Amino acid sequence: MTATTQPADTHEDVRGSSSPTRDIALVAAFAALISASAYVGAIPIGSAGVPITLQTLTVMLAGCVLGPVRGFSAVTLYLALGAVGLPVFAEHSSGIGVFTGISGGYLLSFPIAALVGGFLVQYVARERRTRAIVVFFCSLAASVLVIHTMGIAGMKLYADVSWREAATWDMPFWVGDLVKTSLVAMIAAEVHRAFPQLLQRR
Amino acid sequence: MTSIHLDAAAVRVPLPGRGEREILAPTTLTLTEQRVAVIGANGSGKSTLARLLNGLVRPSSGRVTVDGKDVVRDGAAVRRLVGFCFTDPAAQLVMPTCVEDVELSLRRTVSGASARRERALAVLAANGLEEHAHDSVHSLSGGQRQLLALAGVLATEPRVVVADEPTTLLDRANTRRIGDALLGLTQQLVLVTHDLDLAARCDRVVVVDDARVVADGDPASSVDHYTRLVDSR
Amino acid sequence: MAGLHQPGDTVLHRLPVGAKVLGLAVLSLAIVVVRDVRTAPAFLAVTLLLAALARVPVRSVWRAARGVLVVALVAGAFQWWWYGAGKAAETFLDLLSLGLAALSLTATTSVNEMVDALSRWARPLRFVGIDPERVALTVALTIGALPGTIAIARETRDAARARGLDRNPRAYLSPFVIRVVARAHESGDALHARGIGD
Repeated sequence: MTATTQPADTHEDVRGSSSPTRDIALVAAFAALISASAYVGAIPIGSAGVPITLQTLTVMLAGCVLGPVRGFSAVTLYLALGAVGLPVFAEHSSGIGVFTGISGGYLLSFPIAALVGGFLVQYVARERRTRAIVVFFCSLAASVLVIHTMGIAGMKLYADVSWREAATWDMPFWVGDLVKTSLVAMIAAEVHRAFPQLLQRR
Repeated sequence: MTSIHLDAAAVRVPLPGRGEREILAPTTLTLTEQRVAVIGANGSGKSTLARLLNGLVRPSSGRVTVDGKDVVRDGAAVRRLVGFCFTDPAAQLVMPTCVEDVELSLRRTVSGASARRERALAVLAANGLEEHAHDSVHSLSGGQRQLLALAGVLATEPRVVVADEPTTLLDRANTRRIGDALLGLTQQLVLVTHDLDLAARCDRVVVVDDARVVADGDPASSVDHYTRLVDSR
Repeated sequence: MAGLHQPGDTVLHRLPVGAKVLGLAVLSLAIVVVRDVRTAPAFLAVTLLLAALARVPVRSVWRAARGVLVVALVAGAFQWWWYGAGKAAETFLDLLSLGLAALSLTATTSVNEMVDALSRWARPLRFVGIDPERVALTVALTIGALPGTIAIARETRDAARARGLDRNPRAYLSPFVIRVVARAHESGDALHARGIGD
C-alpha cells in the first residue's frame, strides 16, 4: 500500500476497482468534473470565436483515467445534461442548440475522443499507463484523429467555409492543446499510480 | 435477534510480486447482542471486519452469514438486512437535498413519487431533520449530515446497522448526539469506534489488533485490555 | 445549479417534465436558429415571462444572469469587432435568453422528477443492454456531485497553497483528481451498502 500518495482508502485493494456501483460513481464523478471545468471560464480565440476551455482537458482525462467505456459514458452524460438544458457547456450555454453551433463538431467529438484515448491507454499502453509520456501520445493521437478532425468538419458544415479555411481556424487551438495534453498525461499517470487497479477488470 | 456469523473468515490482498498481505486473519465470531462495539488502532483491520458484514469486502477464505444468508452468494438479501453508515457522510450523501437523498434509499421499496416523498419526510421527522427537508445537503453541519446519512440507512428498515467510525469527524457535542442516536436504535448495532466512552456503553466489545481479534467480552474488560495494549507500546 | 430548484405550485411546476424539456429544446433551437437582431429582444421577453411565470426568485435570476453576462459581454465584444454591433447585440441577448430558459426548467423541476423522467425515456435502451434505472441514477449522482467536486477543488488548492506550492499545477491538479476518484470509490461503496446496485 503506497500510504503517501493514496488517500485513506484501505479497502482499495480488498475489493479491486470494478463493482457496478463504483463504475456508476466514477462515471458520475467525471461527468461532474467536466461540467465543473466548464465553469472555470472560456476564452473565445481565433477568427471563429470558438471558446477554448478546460473541457478538452477533462474530457481526455475521463478517457485516459477511466478507460474507453466509462470514459465514453461520462462524456456522453455530460453532453446529455447540457442538451436537456443544464448550463454546463462553455459560455454557460446549454440546450441542444449548441450542437448545431459553430463549435458543435468539437462537442460531438468529445465522447469519441474519450473512447479512443481510453482504448489506447487501457489496451495499448496497458502496464505502461503509469508513465506520463506514454499517456501523452495516447491522448494526443485521440485529440488529433478525433477532436480536431471533427471540429474542422463542424466548422466547414455550419460556417459554410472551405476545408482549408476551417483548418486555419482550428490552428490556434494546437498550442493550448499541447499544454492540455501534457497536463492530462501527467495527471492520468499519477492517478494510475495511486489506483493501480482502476483499469483492471475482473 | 439477527445472528451474524463469521466462520474462519479471512481477508488477504495480493501485493504485486511480493506475495500477500493479511488484512484480517481467519476469524470466527457470532454476534447476536443488541449493541456490539469493535475497537482497535488505525489499520488494525476493524474496518475490514465491519465491511465483511454486508459484503462490501468479500472474504478471501471462510464465510460470513447473516441469518444464514451468505454475504457473497446472497449479497442483495444481506444488504437489505444490514445497513451501513460510513465515517464521512459527505461520501454517502449523493443527492442535492435532504429529502431527495432519503428518497433514493426508498427507490427500491416504495413505488410512486408521492408515496416516496411522504415516507421520506416521515423518516426525516423521526430523526429530527424535518425543518431541513428541502435544504441542500451541503448546507448542513457535520453532525446533521451524519444524522441524515443515518436516516438514509434507517429508511431501508434494516435489522442490523453497521457503523464504521461514525463520530470520528465530529466534535464532542455531535459525537454525543450521534452516539445517543445509534445506541438508542431498536435495530441491532455493530459500532466500529475510537471513542471508548461509546464502546463502554455497548453490550459487548471486540478488540482487533494487527489483523486479529485479541479480546472479546464485556465492555469493561475489553476496554481495559485495549488501553493496556496501547500503553505497552 | 443543483440548489436552484424552488418548490412551488405554478403552471410550470405542474407541467410534465417531458413537456418542459421538449419546450426548452424547441425554444433553445429557435433562439439559435433564428439569427436576427430584431427577434433577439422578443426571445428575451419570452424567457423573462417564463421565469416570472415560474416565480423564479429575482436573486437566482441575477445569480444566473451574472455568470452569463460576463461571458456574453466578452463574446459580444469579439462579435462587435468582427461583425458589427447588430450581431454582437444579438449574440449577447441570445446567450441571456438561453440561460434564462434553462433556469426556468431547473427552478421548477426537482432532480428526482428529472431522474424519473429520464428513466422512463431510457427504457428503450434496455434492448441494447443498458439498464435505464442505472442511467437515471448516474444522472442524479452527477448533479449531486457538482457542489462536492467544486469543494474538493477548493480544498486541494488551499492545501497546495498551505505548502507554498500554488504555482505548481502538479501539486494541485493530480491530488484533486486523485481525491475525486477516491471520493467516487467511497460513494460507490455507500451506494452498494444501501443496496442500490442490486
